Amino acid sequence: MTDEKYILRIENIKKAFGTNEVLTGVSINVKKGETVCFIGPSGTGKSTLLRCINQLTIPDSGKIFLNDEEVTHAGPRINYFRQKIGMVFQNFFLFDHLTAVRNVEIALLKVKKMSPKEAREKAMYELKQVGMANWAEHYPAELSGGQAQRVSIARALAMDPEIMLFDEPTSALDPELTREVLEVMKKLVIDGMTMLVVTHEMGFACSVANKICFMEHGQIKEQGSPAELLNNPEFERCKAFIGEFREYSQ
Amino acid sequence: MALSILIDWFPYLFSGIVLTLGLVASALIIGVGIGLPMALGQVYGSLAIRTLISIYVWFFRGLPVLVLLFLFYFGIFPALKLDLPAFYVGAVVLGLWGAAYQSQVFRGAIQSISEGQMTAARSLGMSRFQAIKSIILPQAMRIALPGWSNQYPEILTESSICYAIGVAELLTRSSQIVSQTYVTMPIYMACAIIFILLSYAGTSGIHFIEKKIAIPGFGPGEA
Repeated sequence: MTDEKYILRIENIKKAFGTNEVLTGVSINVKKGETVCFIGPSGTGKSTLLRCINQLTIPDSGKIFLNDEEVTHAGPRINYFRQKIGMVFQNFFLFDHLTAVRNVEIALLKVKKMSPKEAREKAMYELKQVGMANWAEHYPAELSGGQAQRVSIARALAMDPEIMLFDEPTSALDPELTREVLEVMKKLVIDGMTMLVVTHEMGFACSVANKICFMEHGQIKEQGSPAELLNNPEFERCKAFIGEFREYSQ
Repeated sequence: MALSILIDWFPYLFSGIVLTLGLVASALIIGVGIGLPMALGQVYGSLAIRTLISIYVWFFRGLPVLVLLFLFYFGIFPALKLDLPAFYVGAVVLGLWGAAYQSQVFRGAIQSISEGQMTAARSLGMSRFQAIKSIILPQAMRIALPGWSNQYPEILTESSICYAIGVAELLTRSSQIVSQTYVTMPIYMACAIIFILLSYAGTSGIHFIEKKIAIPGFGPGEA
């Protein structure tokens, strides 16, 4: 039985590194246009879960479907799926030897086989979308963290992905730079992008997420809309976690 | 007197320079051509490949160039029924010898590229091969260049060892002139000066390339 409404289905994903069980059976379905935020203590498998979705980490068991096509066990076809699954990393991972615009266009040229002219136009368009068009000819080392992260978002978006994965996109940034990156992400939410976001930004999660998943010990312990998580007494563990956060951030 | 001898013999000496540069150029081409794939093999290859390369590196770094030269000239090439002129033997031996060193320079550079570069490239749908070619190697080669640039003066100076198998390179021709004219020091002096000038010109050229391909905030000397 497949449910066509879901753009992404994750079924019982397990992953262990040696004896360390990082994911102990995670299942979740995501609808088109939804934003799902993953929160929870460090080391509970949030990032590993994201990396399993585009197979940067190969899960030990479980299945992942994108538009009802199986991503797990895709073999060389994984490169096709990865074009549809954009990813943004905590440390940006911009290509250090390429200017901002070259960073965005390189995969268009090498993977999508666009013509140089077409690729440059597309790259400039995406840079404009994240407010970085004026920095197109600058190298990563010349950009602030927030600027670098916006370029890396443009790089992922240039592939016209169907979903976007954000792995703690603002954890390496100070509050000022965090804000400029979150602005870009909010715009994506409004534009209807399907997004899975691992974050510690509770304000962002509460304001834009359709669903918040609280993860602990390699599992999704509690999930619901921001309102449910905050008001429903059922979600005790999550509230305690958020509470701890608030305590320290005040 | 010495100067006029030098001028008389210069054309003869000059073809020695050409031969020396020929040795160096072929050795460097062979060195990169073999050294770079070996470095990739050592970083990305299977255990069997890595072991084979390690043995190669151990062998060529463990023997003096002169011994290698004799081994190939009198042993290995004749055994393979390859009747190569001494020049080619010299170029091949210098190249194989240099490749052992160069592979380690390239390997270190490739391994110094952070894992995130490969991760990001793969996340965009690049194959491993595309990622190595378009992302890893352009960065690694820039990092490798200063270390690699040692190879030029090293092979240039070592090339004079081909004297021992009679390649008519710079040193060989110099000593031939000495034995013809009985003028010793001025000739060897000229030979030394030519070596130093060649070395200087080559390393300057590499420095120029280094600057030319430098990227702001990336690689040695920037940070």
